[in-house]
Amino acid sequence: MSSHTYEESKSIATKTIILLAIITVVEVVIAYIGKGIWFPGLQESMNPRLLTILLGGAMIILSLYKAVKIVFEFMHMSYEVPALSKTVLLPLLLLVWGVIAFLWEGTAWKGYRQKIIDKNEVPAESQMQGMLIKQLETEDLI
Amino acid sequence: MATDTLEHHDVAHAEGKPDWNGGNAPMKASYGKLMMWYFLLSDAFTFAGFLIAYGTLRVMMPTWPVPDFVFQLFPFMGHTSLPLMFVTLMTFILLFSSWTMVRAVQEGHRENQSGVAVWMFLTILGGAAFLGCQAWEWTTLIAKENMTVTTNPFGTHIESGVYIDNDGQETKEIFEAGEPYLIGVIGADHGDHGDDAHDDGGHGDAFVYTPHHDKPGDYTDALIDERGYIHKKYKVTEGEDAGMIKSQAFGPKAFGGLFFFITGFHGFHVLSGVLFLIIIFINVMSGLYVKRKNGYEMVEKMGLYWHFVDLVWVFVFLLFYLL
Repeated sequence: MSSHTYEESKSIATKTIILLAIITVVEVVIAYIGKGIWFPGLQESMNPRLLTILLGGAMIILSLYKAVKIVFEFMHMSYEVPALSKTVLLPLLLLVWGVIAFLWEGTAWKGYRQKIIDKNEVPAESQMQGMLIKQLETEDLI
Repeated sequence: MATDTLEHHDVAHAEGKPDWNGGNAPMKASYGKLMMWYFLLSDAFTFAGFLIAYGTLRVMMPTWPVPDFVFQLFPFMGHTSLPLMFVTLMTFILLFSSWTMVRAVQEGHRENQSGVAVWMFLTILGGAAFLGCQAWEWTTLIAKENMTVTTNPFGTHIESGVYIDNDGQETKEIFEAGEPYLIGVIGADHGDHGDDAHDDGGHGDAFVYTPHHDKPGDYTDALIDERGYIHKKYKVTEGEDAGMIKSQAFGPKAFGGLFFFITGFHGFHVLSGVLFLIIIFINVMSGLYVKRKNGYEMVEKMGLYWHFVDLVWVFVFLLFYLL
């Protein structure tokens, strides 16, 4: 349980909620800039991919910070014994693998789809030739 | 064996001893609080599974509905474009209710019955307000913008072009690759708001189109499918396909299902949270927890659940609306 007095914990809660509200506003401002609603000039003066990564990364980090604040202050995780917080928080590390693996998979699928589209662009004759060569090779083997 | 345990338990109760007879409580947390934490851990994995599925499907697609175009309406504001404003309001409502919940738990620790009741009541109001907002958001998407679980009318142009009119002539409506569009439905209320929509820099193009046709068919300016969705036709102006006439396609199909399922699952958590808050609020009012003399632990456990709902919203907000 919290070692703080009533007044102390009250002021911690107030500070935390104000911080969370400010971060939310900052996130929305970043989203507005990222979509080109505010400062549309930025989209043209910078590499758009770099801009997306920078602003997206900023929003992800701010959201994770919000999550940490909610768990440790509002849910009082920082006042529990270390063993309890470890049993709850360590399993969440599995999600690091989950996010990386599945986003990797999704990106790979996007690549495969583009590959099929690109292959379809190739004229039919040259594709046929490729197939005939393949057939010959197979017959040779037999 | 089971009977032995039960008897032992009963004896302990009869002698007025606490439930736990094995020395100090593990990790200095009561059974209920510990189990709430582990329930929330499992629930976190459920939500993470859904959100990771969303991320995977999203990166798989060449385009994805643009959030500030999809979520730009606000109640009582007509078709004025206010990107993300309504969902920001929803976020603030949930944050506020999280803070009132913290206050209720703090008042509980010092056994202040009326304090707990007041702050819990405000938390219930916040939860109900959030649910009301979500109901409006869903109603807008379903009834006004015709999104379903399997049909996503929010598309994104992948090439520059110009819309054509009923005579096959080019109109003044030009667009560039990356601009979003909304596929309308015949017979729906689209035409009245054209002037409003033009003022906001083209973001309201969705509501400009007044259909000249009221039956499915392949017309010069639009292809209207069997369900009445109007796929406007345009002439490509750049790239390999320049000069070709194409009709607007639906956006990524997975969007509707993912949106309704994930925000619905979160909304269901909020709904059950509000119901449990009401039950515990009634118990607080009846003085049940005064007798328990454990610093309103039930309110504290409810608080853990309620903050978790807010925690999940942080990520739903990030993935569906901000990114």
